[in-house]
Amino acid sequence: MTQVTLSALTKQFDEKSPPAVDQLDLEIESGKLTALLGPSGCGKTTTMKMIAGLLRPTSGDISFDGESILSIPPEDRGAVMVFQNYLLFPYMTIAENIGFGLKMRKVGRNEIRTRVRDMLDLVQLPGFEDRKPRQLSGGQQQRIALARALIVQPNVLLLDEPLSNLDAHLRDEMRELIRRIQTEMGITTVFVTHDQEEAVVLADKIALLFDGRLQQFDVPDAFFETPRTTAIAKFFGGTNFIPGNYRDGAITTPVGRFRAPNSSVAHGDAVLSIRPEALELGPGGDNSVRGTVLSHVYVGRYARFRVSIGEAEIEAITDPGRVKEFDDGYEVSVRFDPAKIWVIAPSPAEQQDGG
Amino acid sequence: MAETRVEPTGAVPGSAEPGASERRFSWRITGRWVGITGLLAFLVAPIVPLFIWSISFRWFYPAILPTEYSARAWTEVITPHNDVLGVAWNTALIALVVTALSILLGVPAGRALGLYEFRGKRLVEWMILAPIIVPGLAVVLGIHVLFIRAGLSNSIPGVILVHLVPTLPYMTLVMSGVFANYDTDFELQARSLGASRWATQRLITLPAIFPGVVVGALFAFIISWSQYVLTLLIGGGQVQTLPLLLFGFVRSDPAIAGALSVVFILPAVLVLLLSSRYLSGDNAAVGGIGNI
Repeated sequence: MTQVTLSALTKQFDEKSPPAVDQLDLEIESGKLTALLGPSGCGKTTTMKMIAGLLRPTSGDISFDGESILSIPPEDRGAVMVFQNYLLFPYMTIAENIGFGLKMRKVGRNEIRTRVRDMLDLVQLPGFEDRKPRQLSGGQQQRIALARALIVQPNVLLLDEPLSNLDAHLRDEMRELIRRIQTEMGITTVFVTHDQEEAVVLADKIALLFDGRLQQFDVPDAFFETPRTTAIAKFFGGTNFIPGNYRDGAITTPVGRFRAPNSSVAHGDAVLSIRPEALELGPGGDNSVRGTVLSHVYVGRYARFRVSIGEAEIEAITDPGRVKEFDDGYEVSVRFDPAKIWVIAPSPAEQQDGG
Repeated sequence: MAETRVEPTGAVPGSAEPGASERRFSWRITGRWVGITGLLAFLVAPIVPLFIWSISFRWFYPAILPTEYSARAWTEVITPHNDVLGVAWNTALIALVVTALSILLGVPAGRALGLYEFRGKRLVEWMILAPIIVPGLAVVLGIHVLFIRAGLSNSIPGVILVHLVPTLPYMTLVMSGVFANYDTDFELQARSLGASRWATQRLITLPAIFPGVVVGALFAFIISWSQYVLTLLIGGGQVQTLPLLLFGFVRSDPAIAGALSVVFILPAVLVLLLSSRYLSGDNAAVGGIGNI
């Protein structure tokens, strides 16, 4: 059980380009599964390599349980990294690969053999001892790479894009394996991903990074319900935005005035955000406006409508049965549930292209 | 039914293809045999007359084979007063030290060139290639003056140093090719799993680059082993090696020269055979060099 603290962690590869990781503060909880999420090139893997000791930070500090570990070489940190492309040592058998960390720790040969067997059972590949890495499929290699890291009982387990090289059904399997092992062994685990769905499903907490800067560090549902900026909401996808002005618990927009008790801004310029499934078509009542159905799609489990309200265009998701009620061109009332509206401060970039 | 009728027409180009590739395949086989035969003719055929010379006693113009045979040349080679074995040992020792030094210097240099980008990299590459491009004789005359001043001429260390001039470029070039295809993340992975710097070099890096080291070492050994001009000038006749000895006999006694040549060629062939599996083009570790 190890708590990992990053304070003002910065990595700048060369002076001409902006830092890959910029003043990152993060408290990674002991025994939890934390995701470093962000688009490619946002500094996730760089951060992970710094925690593992494979990359020296330009400035800032990393500590395990309150003690700085910057001066400790990677082999003594107890933070083991599993690379995205597995990197099984091609000249060694599977048993030698898994036992590598124990051999480095001068563990006896017999004990290594037993523990390798236990690990192979854990990752559900019993009897694979004498095979060579190239004889294994990608999913199997991934599990061996995980076993090779787990066998040394690391304080911190670092997984770089653990699911990205696997196809869909293997991904589900691997996700469950990681979750199960992580809960059983209680290892503080950090994993890097660019896939928000993967982060939401797997992680206890998500740290979202754009351009080396921390955007939000929160539990997964917070990114849907209370994203801090429109950029964050956009990264998680599907949200409707209507710019306006917020004052006294309500937001005034070009298409109408809506009560909105949940806001991250006190007053002034703001953006109303609401997820498509929170919009209700038809009932009228408070907080509703009139719009015109532009198009609709029947998706089976749900139906998706595009509705124009004045200048704004929004997306609503309803029960599949509603397609029969509203055809294209119909006028419809759209209700914005006040409890589900989240008011965000506009980011400067957003004001330019938000229009 | 309609669908099944479509299939045969669809299969026509598919069935034509195997025939075409078979033809190409047989061409390739023939080509390969022509290549191998040609190579053998060029490499092995010249050795045959050398061997015949070494056991001949009388061999004059119209006769295709010697009219009389003798073991004289071979006894001359083996008898201690000519010290052929001593010279051979000397030559081998020089070649081995040159090879070891080439590995020690060439592997790190190749790593730097293959893996990293740095200012002036092109220039460094040209400088490393220069000894292969510039005629050795021109270079060695300059080096000679320097070595005399440094007290290195007429000595084995001097000869070893000057042999590095042609061997290092080969070693470095082979290794830079190897490292260009090398993923340093394997080293990071090993460190992360608990391997020290030294253990990582020994258990991860070395096995990965080993075939390249063998190839580079082979070049270095053979270049040093067969070096004539550099040894003659820097060694000043004080350092005797097989090529020098051989050259002396070529005019005076063709039979002994023939026997010596066989002795001279043998180790090179042996080394080549021992390392042949690392030289094959299929060996990924050798990278571009192996495909020449």
